[in-house]
Amino acid sequence: MLNDWLFIGIFLLIAFLFPIAPILIAHFLAPRRSSPQKSQTYECGVETVGDTWVQFKGQYYIYGLVFLIFDVEIVFLFPWAVAYGQLPLFGVLAGILFIALLIAGLFYDWKKGALEWV
Amino acid sequence: MSPLEIFFIFSAGITLVAAAMVVTARNLVHSAWWLILTLFGVAVLFALLNASFFAVIQVVIYIGAISILIIFAIMMTRRVAQDTGPKFNKDWGLAVAVSLFLFGGVTWMLSTWENFNIAPPTMPVDTDPLRQLGQALVSPDAYVLPFELASVLLLAALVGSIIIAWEKK
Amino acid sequence: MTFLSDPISSIGNWLENFLIGLGLAPNFSALIVTAIGAFVLAAFGLMIVLLLIWFERKAVARMQDRLGPNRIGPYGIFQSVADTLKLLTKEYITPAGADKVVYNLAPLFAVMAVLGIWAVIPFAATVYGSDINVGALYIVAVGAIGVLAIIMAGWSSNNKYALLGAFRVVSQLLCYEVPLVITLLIPVMLAGSMGMNAIVMAQDTWFIFLAPLGFLIFLIASIAEVGRAPFDLLEADSEIVAGFNIEYSGMKFGMFFVAEFLHAFTIGAVVATLFLGGWRGPGAETYPILGTIYFFIKAFIVYFIVVWARGTFPRIRIDQMLNFSWKFLTPLALVLLIVMAVQLKLVEGSPTWVYVTSSFAVNVLIAFGTIHLLRSFARRERKRVSEERPLATAPESDFQQI
Repeated sequence: MLNDWLFIGIFLLIAFLFPIAPILIAHFLAPRRSSPQKSQTYECGVETVGDTWVQFKGQYYIYGLVFLIFDVEIVFLFPWAVAYGQLPLFGVLAGILFIALLIAGLFYDWKKGALEWV
Repeated sequence: MSPLEIFFIFSAGITLVAAAMVVTARNLVHSAWWLILTLFGVAVLFALLNASFFAVIQVVIYIGAISILIIFAIMMTRRVAQDTGPKFNKDWGLAVAVSLFLFGGVTWMLSTWENFNIAPPTMPVDTDPLRQLGQALVSPDAYVLPFELASVLLLAALVGSIIIAWEKK
Repeated sequence: MTFLSDPISSIGNWLENFLIGLGLAPNFSALIVTAIGAFVLAAFGLMIVLLLIWFERKAVARMQDRLGPNRIGPYGIFQSVADTLKLLTKEYITPAGADKVVYNLAPLFAVMAVLGIWAVIPFAATVYGSDINVGALYIVAVGAIGVLAIIMAGWSSNNKYALLGAFRVVSQLLCYEVPLVITLLIPVMLAGSMGMNAIVMAQDTWFIFLAPLGFLIFLIASIAEVGRAPFDLLEADSEIVAGFNIEYSGMKFGMFFVAEFLHAFTIGAVVATLFLGGWRGPGAETYPILGTIYFFIKAFIVYFIVVWARGTFPRIRIDQMLNFSWKFLTPLALVLLIVMAVQLKLVEGSPTWVYVTSSFAVNVLIAFGTIHLLRSFARRERKRVSEERPLATAPESDFQQI
């Protein structure tokens, strides 16, 4: 079992270091004529005005929160699904109760309008 | 030292250094990046303990959801300002002393346990811990009631998060 | 004969014996062979992208009634090589005020997130990277690292449009991850294990016949996870000018580009493993090389469907996209999960044909029910919109006419 994780560890390390090769090759091959105009932040050709922060919509955070709740739910459901073949009908219904409570939560959010983009 | 021990010390070291950087970094967003490295280090420790399910859900939940929420929250504050105050307050000597005392005390207490120095045992081949976990989660004489209560807790979190984070138009 | 029927394993064994013969300890030589295997897999992943980009450009071009690249090499095959050479010679323009470390790490994480998925996909009975027993969830975990790479890229560019684009992409990815993981539960339920090898071995009948609706939802959610059309609002040139990778140039941009294309083929491979039976086919158990060929054919068919979707559908707006995920795909996936869980438990122990036809019938019933619901909802909307509305009248106030 640990050998499997060892392969994954080595593989992720190699996958992380692999793109360094093309990037370094380009670093040596490409010209380097920097100028102040080139280093300005891109804003469709117009000069930037003001600080680089934007007033973010709270809606992003709500999407993240709802996603987190469903993520934790699914983490609970994975062992249930793996053991599914050996479960009696009671076990299946227990899992379904779990899912049903969260569907109720999703519908509550929907009705309250928390999932609207505007 | 076996390779397992070397690898453990290496990953535990990285985790601890990253955790220290979380607390002492000046820029808030840098703290977030170091936090992600710390959580990834904990996932590696889970994998070393043969708890592959927990390693994977550590990455999925902590790095995939919670860290992103933290980064959203950081970037939504008006100014991601550099903290210009002093890094340590005047009681830092006492804090270091208490931490060292706690660490030494816990290590000494654990070392009196006879299994302190063994490597993780290999599981018998036919057990499937994940399947047993799944069965235990829904069996009436194991954990079905906490399982359903967890669902109610998540429902409460859904409702509560809407109430807190949402501005009524 | 074993070499022809199983070339990769025989090369691996020969290499290991060769290294042991050179005097290295068996563990260490196994480690070296593992590392070489990982390197070959990573290189294969990056090399195949050149072929995929050419194929996609040709296919989309033909769908749009034009030719696509046809100058460089026969049928334009070497176009991707030319593009790579061009990208290699472009200057890296780092924006002023960018956070150098994070800015340079982001493309590396993006590629690592996509390549990491290939570690758990079985190409044949004996050819696979790693057989951890949580393969299905590992794929989701590695996807989470990709999401992180996008935030890193967006934030470190010191450009408010990059940051805005990054936030919107992350919102889209988070919203579509929910139906993706819910439908991922269905093959896990059917196979009784999360390991990819176990899921492939359990597909005596392919899971697409047992859960066609699940396959469809998983495919749609995967296409949205990659950020391809019709869900590519946030990267399209006519919309937010390349979104989070505005400030990347040269090969760093090339890495993001490679990651996106490879991700599209990777979901073809994942869908083929989870729903189309992976490497299984006639004769694949005794001749692993046949298994590999079947696997690639299936992965390519799914990739072609993804490219086909790109060439066919118009781009949808972000609020339509997010509503589609939360208000349609997620409830549908949850209902499908519940119904299939009950149905599978009720027909447990029956002969296979009962099992297969009942699952298929349940999926078709849910699909019809959904279409019926949507149709009645649309009818109500149409009636509501076409009602008589009062004409606009002047407000009753005492404005001073200036």
